[in-house]
Amino acid sequence: MQSFLDIFDIYFLEAVINGILLGGVLALLALGLNLIFGVIDVTWICYAELVMIGMYGMYYLVQYFGLSYWVAAPLVIMLVALLGAALHYLVIAPLLTSPPINQLLATGGVLFILQSFATVAFGIDFKNLGIRLPVLSLGDMNFSYARLLSFAAALLGMIGVYLFLTRTFTGTAIRAIAQDRQIMPLMGVDAKRIYLVTSAIGGGLAGLAACLLVLQYDVHPFVGLSFGPITFLICVLGGLGNFIGGFIASFLFAEIISLGGLFSDLEWGYVLAFAFFIVMMFIRPAGLLARRS
Amino acid sequence: MNRRIMAWIVALAVLVAVPFVHSDPYHLHILVLILIWSFAYTSWSIMGRFGLVSLGHGGFMGTGAYVTALLWNEFGLSPWIGIPLSMLAAGVLALVVAYPCFRFRITGHYFVLVTLALAGIVLQVITATRDYTGGSLGYTPQRAPSGKGLLALQFDDKTTWYLIALAVWLAGIVIWHRIDRSMGRHAMEAISEDEDAAAAAGVNVTAEKLKITLISALMTALAGALYCQYQMFISPDTVSGIAVSLQMVFAAIVGGVYVALGPTVGAIITILLAEVLRISFGANAVGWDNLVYGVLLVLFIIFLPKGILGSVIDWIKSPRKPPRAHEQETVRVARR
Repeated sequence: MQSFLDIFDIYFLEAVINGILLGGVLALLALGLNLIFGVIDVTWICYAELVMIGMYGMYYLVQYFGLSYWVAAPLVIMLVALLGAALHYLVIAPLLTSPPINQLLATGGVLFILQSFATVAFGIDFKNLGIRLPVLSLGDMNFSYARLLSFAAALLGMIGVYLFLTRTFTGTAIRAIAQDRQIMPLMGVDAKRIYLVTSAIGGGLAGLAACLLVLQYDVHPFVGLSFGPITFLICVLGGLGNFIGGFIASFLFAEIISLGGLFSDLEWGYVLAFAFFIVMMFIRPAGLLARRS
Repeated sequence: MNRRIMAWIVALAVLVAVPFVHSDPYHLHILVLILIWSFAYTSWSIMGRFGLVSLGHGGFMGTGAYVTALLWNEFGLSPWIGIPLSMLAAGVLALVVAYPCFRFRITGHYFVLVTLALAGIVLQVITATRDYTGGSLGYTPQRAPSGKGLLALQFDDKTTWYLIALAVWLAGIVIWHRIDRSMGRHAMEAISEDEDAAAAAGVNVTAEKLKITLISALMTALAGALYCQYQMFISPDTVSGIAVSLQMVFAAIVGGVYVALGPTVGAIITILLAEVLRISFGANAVGWDNLVYGVLLVLFIIFLPKGILGSVIDWIKSPRKPPRAHEQETVRVARR
């Protein structure tokens, strides 16, 4: 009995730590969505699909063109950033004055486009990068370097965005526009340019997430569906547009998924997370950090 | 008014007569699919037209299909009982998710994202319980022994299915019409314009929204169950999940959300489009139909947000009747 408990504790601790590591990547995704929502007031339903395209980008650059991971990653981040800017320019910009729900549904159309484009262009079979990173053994626990690297890179990415938003002129303009959409153009800020830059940053974050996720998961056209819904739940739970709320919610959800996966299949972790979400809606409907009015 | 009723009766007589005049199985198959999906799209538009944009209807449809099939295979429970039970399950699911949403005023973006997650979660549950549901490989209801077709709601005959689908579709249109003429519609319109004002005017906002959501979810579950009984094969991708939800939204918007036959027009267009693509591209068609769907959806939302039928009717009626305020936009959502 004693030994059983020992093993259980080790697994439990391992799951907790893996949850934290997973939370890093989820927080990165949530940050991208929150940034775009906070500034442009649209939700990109197709956000996880941008990540999927980025993962394919990594796969092809590394497998077909023989680039090293470290060369391919910045290229992919740039590619997805461009994709994000294009998405804004082609789809969101013409709809800026129409009801928000139309913008949201239009990005739903883009989700269809990206998924089926990937199906047509890359086929439906699972592909993986073929990079096997070593496993770190700590006592009796095992952690893959892929996850540690993802966590570190996600944190660095978030710090980078934070510094950009607080230390540069463009970043300040982005935060200002998020606070008051009407007045900023009068202050000499080019709203169109800010929107484009924000979309590119949002895309870049998706690209970074793609570079990290491709180390851990196989890529296929529908891979976005396995973490897209969770990202949306995180954003709603944290409060759309609320960066810190999104950050905390990411780790909460990651822990639930990870611990749920410990006791049963990974899918049940997702179901538990959803149940938790419904309960939380009763308690804090406007987001984790919302002040009660 | 009488001329309108006459037109409906004539049109229905023609529709009923179709399988007896022209019994090509392939054409009938397409017609049955169009009718079943039209019913599903109509169910979506019942709440979609009031600004309750749900991307979770794939979840309700999946619940309808899987619960019916599982009850039949595991317990031998006839779909005649299984379908109401599956609708009940979908209704409970709808209430569990919708009640906190409405009670705590989760609207607009938030509501869409929550329902989107619901569709994703139902898909995950179906995949997770793969020991029973076959996971992503799909699921087949057991064939009934011969002579028990009626009990098991399984017919080889396409004409029977055509008539069943026609009746259900008609019921859907009638429900749409009844809601269109009810007090509930005025309440819902007021809510979609301004929830606070509606509440101040004595509308029970939460109850009205729940009612419309429940009707919509029950109908969608029925559509899923029928689809399962007709196709005798369901997989998570074809009856549940986000793709199916988006497909509903897409078809309803292309056809027009504010007119009774709009979703039907949307179903005709999308299904014919998919068939034409499938025939012209052959086995390479995987993905192409959705690619065209996606491009069309984006173009429609940008250029023709009222849908094909809605725009045509507007164009015919334009000199006589200006569009009502709430129709100018697909959906009104209060900005924060």
